[in-house]
Amino acid sequence: MLQGWVIVLVAAAYLGLLFAVAYYADKRADAGRSIIANPYIYALSLAVYATSWTFYGSVGRAAADGVGFLPIYIGPTLGVVLWWLVLRKIIRISKVNRITSIADFVGARYGKSQILGGLVTVIAIIGITPYISLQLKAAATSFNILLSYPVLSVPPPAASIPILRDTAFYVAMSLAAFTILFGTRHLDAAERHEGMVAAIAFESLVKLVAFLAVGAFVTWGIYSGFGDITRKAAEVPKMAALFTPFSGAGPTYASWIGLTVLSMLAVMVLPRQFQVAVVENVNENHLKKAIWLFPVYMLAINLFVLPIAFGGLLHFASGQVDADTFVLALPMAEKQELLTLLVFIGGLSAAAGMVVVETIALSTMVCNDLVMPLVLRIKALRLAERQDLSGLLLTIRRGAIVLILLLGYLYFRFAGEAYALVSIGLISFAAVAQFAPALFGGLYWRDATRQGAMWGLSLGFIVWAYTLMLPAIVRSGWLPASILSDGPLGIALLRPSQLFGLTGLDQITHALIWSMMANIGAYLLVSMMTRPSVIEQAQASRFVDAFKLTGVHGAAPLWRGSASLAELKGLVSRFLGPVRAKEVFATLATERDLHSVNDLEVDADLVHAVERQLAGTIGAASARIMVSSVVKEEVVGIDDVMGMLDEASQAIAYSHELEEKSRELVAATRELQAANERLKELDRMKDDFVSMVSHELRTPLTSIRAFSEILQENPDLDPAERQRFLGIIIKESERLTRLINQVLDLAKIESGRAEWHVGVVDLVQLLRNAADTTASIFQETGVELVLELPEHPLAVTADEDRLTQVAINLLSNAVKFSPTHTGRVTVNLREEGRAARVDVCDNGPGVKAADRELIFEKFRQAGDNMTGKPHGTGLGLPISRQIMTHLGGHLWVSDAAKGGAMFSFTLPLADASNLAAKEWPHDQESAHC
Amino acid sequence: MTKKVLIADDEPNIVTSLQFLMERNGYEVRVARSGDEALEQVGTFLPDLVLLDVMMPAKNGYEVCQKIKENEAWAKIKVIMLTAKGRDTEVSKGIALGADAYTSKPFSTKELVTKVRELLGE
Repeated sequence: MLQGWVIVLVAAAYLGLLFAVAYYADKRADAGRSIIANPYIYALSLAVYATSWTFYGSVGRAAADGVGFLPIYIGPTLGVVLWWLVLRKIIRISKVNRITSIADFVGARYGKSQILGGLVTVIAIIGITPYISLQLKAAATSFNILLSYPVLSVPPPAASIPILRDTAFYVAMSLAAFTILFGTRHLDAAERHEGMVAAIAFESLVKLVAFLAVGAFVTWGIYSGFGDITRKAAEVPKMAALFTPFSGAGPTYASWIGLTVLSMLAVMVLPRQFQVAVVENVNENHLKKAIWLFPVYMLAINLFVLPIAFGGLLHFASGQVDADTFVLALPMAEKQELLTLLVFIGGLSAAAGMVVVETIALSTMVCNDLVMPLVLRIKALRLAERQDLSGLLLTIRRGAIVLILLLGYLYFRFAGEAYALVSIGLISFAAVAQFAPALFGGLYWRDATRQGAMWGLSLGFIVWAYTLMLPAIVRSGWLPASILSDGPLGIALLRPSQLFGLTGLDQITHALIWSMMANIGAYLLVSMMTRPSVIEQAQASRFVDAFKLTGVHGAAPLWRGSASLAELKGLVSRFLGPVRAKEVFATLATERDLHSVNDLEVDADLVHAVERQLAGTIGAASARIMVSSVVKEEVVGIDDVMGMLDEASQAIAYSHELEEKSRELVAATRELQAANERLKELDRMKDDFVSMVSHELRTPLTSIRAFSEILQENPDLDPAERQRFLGIIIKESERLTRLINQVLDLAKIESGRAEWHVGVVDLVQLLRNAADTTASIFQETGVELVLELPEHPLAVTADEDRLTQVAINLLSNAVKFSPTHTGRVTVNLREEGRAARVDVCDNGPGVKAADRELIFEKFRQAGDNMTGKPHGTGLGLPISRQIMTHLGGHLWVSDAAKGGAMFSFTLPLADASNLAAKEWPHDQESAHC
Repeated sequence: MTKKVLIADDEPNIVTSLQFLMERNGYEVRVARSGDEALEQVGTFLPDLVLLDVMMPAKNGYEVCQKIKENEAWAKIKVIMLTAKGRDTEVSKGIALGADAYTSKPFSTKELVTKVRELLGE
């Protein structure tokens, strides 16, 4: 007799056994001798994929569709081929980045996005809730069926029973308690649960053994082998159709493909599969064995599905027993108490395993990707200041576990009755399949952006909700059935199950096609239209290049900030507790070959390592918030990078400027040196000049003094001689005066303080005047003066007095150097282009080529070798040249055609019409220079 | 015996005054207007004393003085250097080259005559 208390006791004992296994595994793990660190345990833990849906539902599906239950297992079996490439990459990335869940993974991939992680979490909870409700339904149903043993009864609809008398409610609550005990006893930085994995592996074994046992019993106990069952089934026409796929009521090709693809994805993206396959993975090489062990397990657990289904159909009258319960009903009908109990335990195992792992995975996601990012942002809670947050984390997770199971229960109560087990499971599959594009795309497509993932996920999820969730709600009676048959507001095109007129497909395939189209389409389009931020790019390359990056010290290339070691330690101990924190920092120090933790340098690498440690506990997004709270971190965005570039280019520009400045400085120094040299030269020249002037002044003074004394001491000199001496004194006095005047004149011109009265001058008239002035010298010396001047006036711009001074100087010089009596001086004036040119030729000895520039220097007089020293100050030509240069002309000397010297000057021509006004000299056209 | 004085200067008026002074004091005077001419006269005229201007064309006074003092035959010839550049360096340069006296222009006729007499041992 199977009394209720016996069943409860057995169930409790079994759960206790699971717990013991888990406890033992945890102890072993703490002792460093893990029992789960082998590929067989890993492969068995992956079999958490086979839930009570497999255990009870496959037979139900087979009874209705024949081989139609198979795609759910064919998918993973085919997909396994890709695991070594895809799953191993996910595992590698997750290990390096301390990924704690699929939400964390997706969020981290797209720039540690909290919103994306939260979105994945929300979708997972909503999507998985029906799946959990399925387990509750299976467990509760099996319990209720067992209670009426050996009478087979169809349980009443759940909704009609008060909650407190509903077995499913108690199943839900006890599973919640069990999960809390399993999964949230303590916090682990890597979010790994060795005990749980061991227990799951154990339950996988139990459910397999139970299913094989009942299968063997039906095949060989009730019937006599496979051949017997199939033969008998083939005799019933309705059942014969089940042998052939794609026929009759069975699934179509499209459904086969749809379901195969769906389950291929689900086996990797279901939160619990991600948990056991990725998060709980000890060694990625375990995948190698799991790749063939897992399909073998799938094959084994499906081996007896058809025999049991045929057996049930043959054994029970149509409709007497729900095909979903054949597995339990057949041993019951045969009064096999122990086998029935084993089947019940197997089914419970499948349900409990799924619920435990799924809720642990979901609670981690809720905690790390939904609640923590939110509460950490609420400054009023002052969480950032709390010393130890590990208690809070556990509380959040425990609360999440209870809530998730309650949600599952509520769904079961209000919607679960409308569907068979398999259909409920598939709805969840379709929901989590929405993660696939963002997840797999993110592994290989570098340019995928957070925006793209957001849009893809959101749209895919909305389409999923519309095409699968809405019909479920309608069928539960919460909304009018007309929405399904006529479409919302009567728009047939929007009928949730035949969206845009797509018919001929089963509901799941239909939803899969539309949601994936929306999801992938949006993901691709938006990604291509948007630009990834810097942190997204950094994360993208960490993910896409996971196999190229070696070691776990992924550099954080774009990080700027400052933090103290004490702050980082405080942060880690707040979340992991002081003991774990100490260990963590000791490890970090050892990894960096440092003797003491205090030697750790707070650099980008260390901060990144701490963030990764935290990420293992509270998820990447939350860890980022926490680390930025202590690290005075500057968020490095595109703008910042542009800023940095700006700064850099400014620095470059600045350094260019500096270089330019220093070049200028060098040039300036060189100029200064040159100027200094020049000044020294000028100083020397000034000294020379002073010395020259002194000499030139002393010479006439010498004569004056000497003759004055002679005259004074010799009053008896004859008058002629006396007259001669006085003449000399007068001449030398004149010479002295002239010299002083010229020195002053030259000094004025050179210093630029001379006054200039520049106007339009008739050069012809000017030369005539000069000739008149010097006429007496010519007469005295008997030198002939010839003027070759044009008939008409020739206008030049000049200072008339100064130019006259030059002309007189040239004429005087010419007389001086011309031989007495035979001398001949010619003055020639003519236009030459835009200039007037004057040549003054003499027939003297000429100027040697070597002296031609010398004579324009001060106190350098030519003709020293001639007959005696010419009387002159040695300043006439230098002054004349200064004047000509100032007036914009030139003055030079060359050989005259008939020997002798030719002094020439040119001046720019002026407009002759201005000469009319020149009748009144000195009153206009004058300017100061 | 009448002492011979050579006047070497390129300033005609100064030469005139010196010539007057020397002749008035009873010396036989010759005039040279350049350095080369001065040396030539020293060789032919063999003066007892040379009034030597520093600033002369074709060999300046220093060179002439040096040539005179180098030649042993001319060792007894006294040299009085005349210069319009009255700087100390020039005085010491002339003395170093063996000049017997140095007079800067403009000079006092009395002093010059006294100096000439002294040097000629009168």
